[in-house]
Amino acid sequence: MMPVLEVSDITKRFGGITAVNDVSFSVAEGEILGIIGPNGSGKSTLFNCILGQLTPSSGSVAVDGRKTTGLRPCDLNRMGVSRTFQLLQVFPQLNVRENLILAGQEHEGSMLSRLLGAPDAGLSAAANQMIDFFQLSRVAEERAGGLSYGQQKLLDAAMAFMAGPRLVLLDEPAGGVNLTMLGHLKERLKAINAEKGATFVVIEHNMDFVMSLCTRILVLAEGRIIAEGPPDAIRANPAVIEAYLGH
Amino acid sequence: MTTRANLIILGLIALALIGLPFILKPYGIFVLSMWAVMSIAALGLNLTLGYAGQISLAQASFFGIGAYTVALLGPLGVPFPLAFLAGGILCFLIGWVLGYPALRVQHHYLAFVTLAFTTLVFLVFRNEEWLTGGIYGVSGIKRPVFFGWSTTKAPDFYFFTLGMLALFSFFVWWMIRSPWGRAFIALRENPVRALSLGVDTRRYTLMAFAIGSALGGFAGGLYAPLVQFIEPNAFALGLSLNILLMVIVGGAGFFAGPFLGALISVLLPEWLRATEGFYLLAYAVLVMVLMAFCPTGLMGLVEKAGLALKRRTKLSEAKAP
Repeated sequence: MMPVLEVSDITKRFGGITAVNDVSFSVAEGEILGIIGPNGSGKSTLFNCILGQLTPSSGSVAVDGRKTTGLRPCDLNRMGVSRTFQLLQVFPQLNVRENLILAGQEHEGSMLSRLLGAPDAGLSAAANQMIDFFQLSRVAEERAGGLSYGQQKLLDAAMAFMAGPRLVLLDEPAGGVNLTMLGHLKERLKAINAEKGATFVVIEHNMDFVMSLCTRILVLAEGRIIAEGPPDAIRANPAVIEAYLGH
Repeated sequence: MTTRANLIILGLIALALIGLPFILKPYGIFVLSMWAVMSIAALGLNLTLGYAGQISLAQASFFGIGAYTVALLGPLGVPFPLAFLAGGILCFLIGWVLGYPALRVQHHYLAFVTLAFTTLVFLVFRNEEWLTGGIYGVSGIKRPVFFGWSTTKAPDFYFFTLGMLALFSFFVWWMIRSPWGRAFIALRENPVRALSLGVDTRRYTLMAFAIGSALGGFAGGLYAPLVQFIEPNAFALGLSLNILLMVIVGGAGFFAGPFLGALISVLLPEWLRATEGFYLLAYAVLVMVLMAFCPTGLMGLVEKAGLALKRRTKLSEAKAP
C-alpha cells in the first residue's frame, strides 16, 4: 500500500548548522507515529519542512505519492494535511465556533463562492460536532483568548480536524496540559484515528503520553534518526537513553 | 434581542441622517456630506488595517486618484457614473500592486512603504501639470445629473453621497460577515497559523489592500464634485494621517468605528472653531486622552461598557432567588 507520507533524504541547514540531517521515513495509512528527541534535535524543523513552512535544503516530501516539496502550507492543507504548532495558536479575538469554522472554510470552493455564500460556509453543524467531541460546548461562544490554556489546546487540536484531514501533524499536543485534560486529549485523538482512519505524526516530550498513544516511534538526535521501532523497544534502546541522559 | 436593538439604533440613525438636511443650513449640509465621504474612505482603511491588520498610510493617495479621475474625465465628456467607477477600479488595481510589499514587510516597515507611495503620488499630482494642472489644481468640477435629477444643490448632493455611503457600508458589512471577514481577522491575528489552515494569506492580503484602496478611490470620486475644486495639497500625507486617525479613534476592527471616527474628525474642528487658534490643541489633547485610556477607540469603549452591563445583569440574575 502506498504510504500517506513519504519523507526522503530531507536535510535542512541554517547557515553552518544542520538542523535536520538526511532524514527519511514513511507513514502508513491509519498509523500513529511518534517523533521524540531532546530539545534542538530538529523535530519542529522537520515538521516545518514537511508542511512547506520551510523549504528543505535537499530531499523531498510526498503525500499520497504526490510530491509536495515547494508547495505552500495552504496548498498542503487543501490536500488534507493539517497541523498544530508547538506554541498555542488559536485566534484570540474570534470565538471558539468561529475559530473552528475558519479552520474548515478554506478547504473547498473559490474566493468568490466564499464571499457570496453563507457566512458560516455551511460548517456550523461540523463545528458543533467538533465542539461536542472535544467537550467545548460550555465555552463555544467565548472568545478563544479568554479560554484556559488546556481548553485552548483542545481547540487548537480540534481546529486541525475541521477540514477532515487524512494526515495530521501534532507538535507537542501535551505540552502544558494538566493530567485530566491530557487523558481526555489522548482518548479524543485515538477515537478520531479509529473512526475516521486519520493518520497522525506526533512530536512529544511527554513519554507516557507518546508511548501509550503511538504504535511506532522515531527518535531524532542532532538532526538524525538514531532509533525507530515500537514503544517498548525504544524504551530499552541504549542509544535513546544515551541521547536523553547525555554523555 | 441584540439584533433587534441594533436594527432600532440603525433605523434611528438613518432617520436622523435623512431628516437633518431639512433643518440644517447649507454649510451644515456640506459638513454632513463631508462626513459621508470621509466615512467611505475610513471604511476602506478599516478593512485594510482594522480587519486584515495591514497598515497603510496611502489612503490619501487613493482618495486623490479617485478625485482626479472624476475631475479630469468629466470635462472630456465621460458620464459621472463611468468616471466614478473608473476611479474606483483604478484604485483597486493600484492597491493590489501596493499590496505586494505587504507580503514581505509588516508593521512600521509597511507604513514606510505606503508613506513613500503617498509622497510619490503627491509629486505626480503636483508636478505633472499637463495632466493634473499642477499646483493650480482643477476647478469648476460639476456635480452629476442622474436621469433629470440634478445634484447641484447641497441637499441633493448630500442625499446622493448618503446613498453611496449606504451602498458601500452594506458591501463591507456583507464581506465582513462572510468567510472573508473571518479570514481577514485570521490574517491580522496570526498569518502563519492561518496559512497552515488553508487560508491563502497572499491572496487575502492583496484583496484587503485592493478593496480598501478602491473604497478610498470611490470616496475621492465623491469628494471632487462635493468641493468642486481640488489641488494636490489636499491629498498629501496629512490626509492619510487624518484617515488613519479616524479609524483608530473610532475603533479599528469594529464595523461602526470608521463612521464614528469620521464624525469626530469632521465635526470636532467645526465645534471647536469657537476656541479659534486653540482648536487643534484641544483636538490633539482629546485624542491623546482617548488613546491613553482606551487604545481600542470609541467602539472599544462601547464594547467594554456592553460587557460590563452584561456581567452586571448576570450577577443580579444569579442573586435573584
